[in-house]
Amino acid sequence: MKVVYERPHALLPVVTNYCPGCPHGIVERLVAETMDELDIEGETIGVAPVGCSVMAYDFFGCDMIEAAHGRAPAVATGVKRVHPDKIVFAYQGDGDLASIGMAETIHAATRGENIVVIFINNAIYGMTGGQMAPTSLPNQVTQTSPYGRDVATAGNPIRVSELLATLDGPAYIERVCVDSPKNVRKAKKAIKKAFQNQVDGVGYSFVEVISTCPTNWGMTPQAAFEWMRENMLPYYPLGVYRDVVADGFANAAEAASARNAACPIAHPEKKGEN
Amino acid sequence: MDRELQCVIAGFGGQGSLFAGKVIATAGLIEDREVSWMPSYGPEMRGGTANCSVTLSDEPIGSPLVLHPNALIALNQPSFDKFLPTVAEGGIVVADTAMVPELREAPGVTVVGIPAAKLCEEAGIKGLGNIVLIGKLWAAFPFCGQEALEGALAQVAGKKPAMLEKNKIALELGMKA
Amino acid sequence: MAQKVLMKGNEAMAEAAMRAGCRHFFGYPITPQTEVAAYMAKMMPKVGGTYLQAESEVAAINMVYGASAAGARVMTSSSSPGISLKSEGISYMAGADLPGVIINVQRGGPGLGGIQPSQADYWQATKATGHGDFQIVVFAPSTVQEMADYAFEAFDVADRYRVPVMILADGMLGQMMEPVVLPEAIDPADLPAKPWATCGHGHARPHNVANSLYLTAAALEDLNRERYERYGAIKAAEQRAECYRTEDADIVLVAFGGAARVARSAVNAARERGIKAGLVRPITLWPFPEDTLAEALDHAKAALVVEMNMGQMVEDVRLVANGTVPVEFYGRTGGVIPAPEEVLAAVEALSGKVGE
Repeated sequence: MKVVYERPHALLPVVTNYCPGCPHGIVERLVAETMDELDIEGETIGVAPVGCSVMAYDFFGCDMIEAAHGRAPAVATGVKRVHPDKIVFAYQGDGDLASIGMAETIHAATRGENIVVIFINNAIYGMTGGQMAPTSLPNQVTQTSPYGRDVATAGNPIRVSELLATLDGPAYIERVCVDSPKNVRKAKKAIKKAFQNQVDGVGYSFVEVISTCPTNWGMTPQAAFEWMRENMLPYYPLGVYRDVVADGFANAAEAASARNAACPIAHPEKKGEN
Repeated sequence: MDRELQCVIAGFGGQGSLFAGKVIATAGLIEDREVSWMPSYGPEMRGGTANCSVTLSDEPIGSPLVLHPNALIALNQPSFDKFLPTVAEGGIVVADTAMVPELREAPGVTVVGIPAAKLCEEAGIKGLGNIVLIGKLWAAFPFCGQEALEGALAQVAGKKPAMLEKNKIALELGMKA
Repeated sequence: MAQKVLMKGNEAMAEAAMRAGCRHFFGYPITPQTEVAAYMAKMMPKVGGTYLQAESEVAAINMVYGASAAGARVMTSSSSPGISLKSEGISYMAGADLPGVIINVQRGGPGLGGIQPSQADYWQATKATGHGDFQIVVFAPSTVQEMADYAFEAFDVADRYRVPVMILADGMLGQMMEPVVLPEAIDPADLPAKPWATCGHGHARPHNVANSLYLTAAALEDLNRERYERYGAIKAAEQRAECYRTEDADIVLVAFGGAARVARSAVNAARERGIKAGLVRPITLWPFPEDTLAEALDHAKAALVVEMNMGQMVEDVRLVANGTVPVEFYGRTGGVIPAPEEVLAAVEALSGKVGE
């Protein structure tokens, strides 16, 4: 008999806590497949966040660390500084990454930590029952924006990929989604590229996955994807926001150096040249 | 004589009071005595006054903060005015008269003035008034052996040979003034 | 014998940590501990170690959490307000059974407080360094030599029991210089392996997880009970205190850290005046040296607790005394270092009160 589909080795044979129709399962599978294909499970340390994927430490087969809310990039930094030759990734949701953990997110990115960050953006706090997230859309109804997110008082959503792309640290930033087989394949490609970048020492790689939360959005999985396509994708356009390799650089450091070429103190090697 | 030294060295930031304290503390280290050096720290260090407490003793040292010094090195007028009343009876004050124009007496305290900054300028070793005052204090109150003091200067100021020479001249200026 | 050198307390702690095999330091600037970070920034690159200035104390302690989970000897350092920010991470470390060393060079509080020496974080260090049921080991050095010795030993204790260990110093001890003999350096490569570390399983063992989340109440209770058994072992084996002239003391002073230096001077001054005074100096604040203190109080008439705060350790002394002798308190706060004469006056007053 021919096996056409099986569980990746790096995904443990356990039942997850995710709701039916939740894209977390898809994305975690893509990460696990990547670990299998690059043969890095034994060398990988993952960092789980606080949020729906809080228990990802029980799902991934690699060594795992559970971080405090928002602190996964700092924890990942600590691990990577001890084991620069191992593979380290953080897996975070929008409240964790873009609200309470924004400082850790920005600074790990600008330091150019050679890690992978997978960002699940579903515009809502899932675990706590559907509160407004930093990425909730204008007028989006949540438990804590019952009349819709009023940007005049609750502020505007944050486009994290665009924000991080302004920094010199990141090597690769791409926004994907997993609402169709085609998009799942694209997402897989992005995730695999992010991990490959780390293996190759290219630098900090960030993959934002526009996602859904059928339970807290109060929709069927199909309707949720429809709502996502209709409302989220115009606000959070898919695509590559930074790719230093495609830009012709070997790594993020080279790209950063080219970006700040006009700053003398950043380029002592040019001293004396005119 | 009792060589226990409880010294306060005070001046403006940049006059080298903390550095002078390190030289004295290092002399104590060389003689294998109990030593403590405690700086004032905080915003006042930036351009304001800077002072330190140095104790050389044959007994374990309690608080490193010297509240009643038996020796005071005053590098400027505000420091002289502030710390003179704290000097213990029988104590000695050495002040740079180039920077402390108004010397005052205090009961039971010996006050010695020496134009340290001016002497340095004349000798072409500007900025070493702090070391001149150490020399002067030591001449009046030999709180450690001469070898230890010279050894300390070599350790603390000895990174650049030219600077060490100037420091040696300053110390001698003070000892002989 | 190793050479004596003159060093600031802050630098002595940093150097001793490196000699204990610490090659990873994550910090954030704050007075009066800055020399710890500055020393690490200067020295770590020379030995292939990590000095990283984090974006905040919160990030720094979580980097410590990560590096510790990864199996390294790791340290962070801060001063009072920064320790409040680190308290989250310290709780997580305790909950995940991760070792690590945290230095607190205390300054006056609450709030932004001041920057002068203080001991006002005694309660925070010994009772509630963060949320939840846990303790950390707290060393309270009193000299620059002890700052080096306990910064070194803290790593062994942390690894042995898999607990965070704090060095509770103060601005006076951190800033002052004294002669110190540094401990002999350990090569980190010679340290025992940590089979629990999350460093990549290499397909040679089941995956390791560093975690403090237990959603089943009974499981969490079991884990906490197991941890408290370990705390019991620490209490039995790690209590440290120094007794000074307590053999025949009527008045037993109890003081730690910088305040103990002043109290010791006061003991000598009181003895010169014919008062039989002595000093018990807790070196571990948790575990509190109950046995040594109880023994010293056994034949005393009264105790005087001297602290640079409004009266915190005094409560632990009262628990040990348990009503057998009066326990009084003398303290200065806000960054004021008490003068030996003030403490002497308090000893004389207490001695007069308890009489013959």
